[in-house]
Amino acid sequence: MPEQLREISYVDAGVEALREEMQRDSTIVYIGQGIGPRGGNFRQTRGLCPEFGEERLRDTGICELGATGVAIGAAMAGSRAIVDEVFLDFSLEAMTQIIQQAANICYSSNGKIRAPVLVRSAMGSVRNAGPHHSHCFYGWFASTPGLKVVTPATPYDVKGLLKSSLREECPVIFIEHKALYNSKEMIPEGEYLIPLGEARIHREGRDITLVGISKMVHIALEAAAALEKEGISAEVIDPRTIVPLDRARIAASIKKTGRIAVIDEAPAMCGFAGEVVALACEECFDALDSPPLRICSLPIPSPFSPVLESQVIPTAERVVKEVRKLMEN
Amino acid sequence: MDKKLALTLYQKMLQLREFELKVQELYRRGLLPGFVHLYVGEEAVAVGVCANLQPTDLVYSTHRGHGHALAKGVPGREVMAELWGKSTSSSGGRGGSMHMYAPEYGFMGTNGIVGAGIPLATGAALSAQLRKSGQVVVAFFGDGAVNSGSFHEGLNFGAVWNLPVVYVCENNLYATEMAFRRATKNTSVQSRAAAYKLPGVEVDGSDVVAIHAAARAAIEQARSGGGPTLIEAKTYRFVGHHEGDPGTSYRTREEVEEWKGRCPIKSLRNKLLQDGGVSLESVEQVEREVHEWLDEAVQFARESPEPEASTVYDHIYS
Ligand SMILES: Cc1ncc(C[n+]2csc(CCOP(=O)(O)OP(=O)(O)O)c2C)c(N)n1
Ligand SMILES: [Mg+2]
Repeated sequence: MPEQLREISYVDAGVEALREEMQRDSTIVYIGQGIGPRGGNFRQTRGLCPEFGEERLRDTGICELGATGVAIGAAMAGSRAIVDEVFLDFSLEAMTQIIQQAANICYSSNGKIRAPVLVRSAMGSVRNAGPHHSHCFYGWFASTPGLKVVTPATPYDVKGLLKSSLREECPVIFIEHKALYNSKEMIPEGEYLIPLGEARIHREGRDITLVGISKMVHIALEAAAALEKEGISAEVIDPRTIVPLDRARIAASIKKTGRIAVIDEAPAMCGFAGEVVALACEECFDALDSPPLRICSLPIPSPFSPVLESQVIPTAERVVKEVRKLMEN
Repeated sequence: MDKKLALTLYQKMLQLREFELKVQELYRRGLLPGFVHLYVGEEAVAVGVCANLQPTDLVYSTHRGHGHALAKGVPGREVMAELWGKSTSSSGGRGGSMHMYAPEYGFMGTNGIVGAGIPLATGAALSAQLRKSGQVVVAFFGDGAVNSGSFHEGLNFGAVWNLPVVYVCENNLYATEMAFRRATKNTSVQSRAAAYKLPGVEVDGSDVVAIHAAARAAIEQARSGGGPTLIEAKTYRFVGHHEGDPGTSYRTREEVEEWKGRCPIKSLRNKLLQDGGVSLESVEQVEREVHEWLDEAVQFARESPEPEASTVYDHIYS
């Protein structure tokens, strides 16, 4: 019998994962602003408070540093904690707790103390929110040993990855994309998990590998469709988690196509795109038919003006243009 | 004064003192890597507080944390081995002085980041409350932490959620060279408790019996669901901020000498002998035991193996 499928939104897939895991694991406590009776600024906890109560869904004042420290402390002491920063931007208030405390604790304690805390937030540019509400600095976390970094692009991935993340022994930085919350996908009726560190091949292709995460997966898919009309066959891969990174799948794809472009909503400097390019050089050097390409946000603070903002973030048109140029050389 | 308890407190304080003086000596001889901040002069605070704790209760400490670890019950040999970077301590040489963990003794870590332990302890208390474990959590921190956001946000959470946590500020009047009165207009730490609707208590940090009593009340209150207390212990470090700092360029010699005159260990010894009805013999017996304990700890640490280089990747995630 074929698997029953149904349509769900990105944000509801997250709620469903939380509900299942909070039912399964009574030690989960969820801490953050507006995540209780309000159901979350993005509706990302809608319906959970009536079911699990305010004991486990802990609304806080505006104090990300304290809330994150409290979540980490609770995780160290035997609970599993989720702290919702709401906007990724606000996690900056809490950075010292994430980087200095959560990430180091397991190693420094020789494995004796675990901090199974999930730091949840939403990133990216949406509706011209401007520089204080649009950041994509997942790379900062990814460069810190001891953290895992998850960046789902679709409802199916949100559900399976959030559930898996809530079973990890280590801190997980779980970053959704604000612009994707209303996107939809068919997902299985029953429970499923997606292991961290497994890339998803969204589209097979022969001529070039396009790697992207989060919203850039959709930009890559849009670009791939346009390129196809020009006779260029692009493979689209979403690593889904930056740490751990599915090096094997990415390398295999590059070896197959001989070309690689990484599309990244963060600026290029010291970032995710550069990491994948390094992988291509280290593992696929002989297979490369052209230099690896990075298509990233421009190194500019997020401008407010819609005209200016549209210059900064990679678009499908820009990807098509740059890939075309690459293929011509 | 309970004679038996007082003698136990004396022994514990002396352990902390002798331990730190030994660390100072070993460090100066170049045997210990890293940086050390010694607890000399402040022993009464850790000992007075921790004597009221159960083994399953939790302590979050600071950069000046060897004393907290010992007072919480981490064996001296393990603390010494960790300072030496040896494999036989609880943290296996991965942490060192400022990142030392021994959860099996309820010791949840020293900390290289000023103030960071305050929200962590508060979170551990949230976990204790949710799990109904009956544990109490103590956060130690210095005067240097109380102007930070961590202090404010941590105490606010502890108060609003009525958590089983006790906040113990070791006000030794300085944060490195920065005098507390230069860092803030309100130099009464205890008075800040009112901002969170918590009880605040000021206690003489050189009087272990007074600290013991104040901590007992706060810990009992926390354990019985009465919420947090902020205790301010007025204390002083007899040594520099870290080993290598003489500690006299920003403090007058007179001030240092005056505080040394109020040494918590000497004054308890005098009290025990004068009106505690304890014989010199039993005091000297305790002192001999402390020295044997310390010699054993040093020998254990010195002879312990270094970590295997091949274990460098172990325990990043689990
Ligand atoms: C967030 C942070 N800022 C600065 C430092 C550097 N530092 C280490 S200890 C210290 C002074 C701390 O003073 P206090 O909290 O009073 O503790 P004490 O050393 O007096 O025991 C400073 C500034 C640090 N470790 N962490
Ligand atoms: Mg101080």
